[in-house]
Amino acid sequence: MFAASSLTILLAYAALLASLLLATASRGSWDSAVSALSSPEIVHSLVFSVLSCGLATLLSLWVATPAAYFLARHQFRGKALLEIILDLPVVLPPLVLGLGLLLLFQTPPGRFVENTLGWRFTYEPSGVVLAQFTVACAFALRSLRATFDELPARPEQVALTLGATPGQVFFQVVLPSSKAGLAHAAGVAWARSLGEFGPILVFAGATRLKTEVLPTTVFLELSVGNLQTAATVSLLLVLCAAAVLLMLRVFSSRPHPV
Amino acid sequence: MLSVEQLVVTRGSLRIGPVSFSLGDRAYAVLMGPTGLGKTSVLEAVAGLVPATSGSIRLGPLDLTSLPPWKRGLGYVPQDGALFPGLSVEENLGFALGLRHVPAAEKKARVASMAEKLGVAPLLGRSVHKLSGGERQRVALGRALIFDPPLLLLDEPLSALDAATHAELCQLLRSLHAERPMAVLHVTHSAGEAAALATTTLHLPELLAHGRA
Repeated sequence: MFAASSLTILLAYAALLASLLLATASRGSWDSAVSALSSPEIVHSLVFSVLSCGLATLLSLWVATPAAYFLARHQFRGKALLEIILDLPVVLPPLVLGLGLLLLFQTPPGRFVENTLGWRFTYEPSGVVLAQFTVACAFALRSLRATFDELPARPEQVALTLGATPGQVFFQVVLPSSKAGLAHAAGVAWARSLGEFGPILVFAGATRLKTEVLPTTVFLELSVGNLQTAATVSLLLVLCAAAVLLMLRVFSSRPHPV
Repeated sequence: MLSVEQLVVTRGSLRIGPVSFSLGDRAYAVLMGPTGLGKTSVLEAVAGLVPATSGSIRLGPLDLTSLPPWKRGLGYVPQDGALFPGLSVEENLGFALGLRHVPAAEKKARVASMAEKLGVAPLLGRSVHKLSGGERQRVALGRALIFDPPLLLLDEPLSALDAATHAELCQLLRSLHAERPMAVLHVTHSAGEAAALATTTLHLPELLAHGRA
């Protein structure tokens, strides 16, 4: 009885998601897809989305991998507070994050970075990457933390006795043992970056051929009443997300480290 | 010669020691005692994995007490072998040689020779996930011995094995010890293992009571 109820609830939710997809697909067409993909603005948006998501993912892994490993292997005063801060991008409303970034670059350190060092982020393409990175890194950190928590510490101790320094242990023992976890974190970070909209809109704007990414395109097309193109770009996003989910499934089905 | 003098190790609220003992260059010492008394902590202090609260650990003229584990040059095999899960059997065996920048051809030859001696030559290309308990311990032994350490530390390496594999590995340990210029410090709670392998038996409760073996 309980199993039947659970199955009904499961199927109802799956039907809701499938209906969303079908409703979106019904507004698109092959002609509108061809038309969208021949628009320079949408091609720019697609290419910039792929590149910015890739860059944000690389930055996220570069930061989150050593950070997650440190958190998994060390106990220290204030760790719980630090973990709460690191989790904030996961729970904060996206618009709040974007506003935070915008305000950060109004402060003296932010102005120093933009005006003195000349590294401009506000309403610039680099701002898109920074906004994507801010959120994606928190998700990559969570994912990698789970990976390193599951990894037994004993092989790392053995590696130390064999002559490896802590750095060599990290690169030669920990990372090769965490390939599936790294791939999963990369997939999560990429997917989060691709879906990012609120912080990008607030912090980097929605300038065509400059800071426009696919979710921004959907917003811009909707705002001028072009429902068919918005639906077509949405389907493009769905395809990208499905590809990432498929990749995650392939990697997560591989054997886990002992 | 390994010389442990007045060693005290602290693990959380547990204080172990002071303990003193010494081993000859070719000794096979078995450290015995009831579970929870601190045998593994003493072994890990010698390996450098836990700091000595006080006392000293010397290997010949070298004072190991404050050296990090990667500078001690000792072989260490824990209870479960703790093979590196992301590496193959061959990569596990050759790990210490890679750290010492041994040329690739020599490394390959030494790994092949060690694998032959341990009876794991057909497994070299295999993932460590696919090894049996006995095979894992053989690879762990080879990984610890391949750089010819002067002291091999074994932490209950035979405790999780079936009787037949246990007997095979006892024989293997005996022959490896006989043909190599090294001392062995082997932690176990098995009197049978001590009888089969030890040239010296150290009883931790007695060491703790008297302070010296």
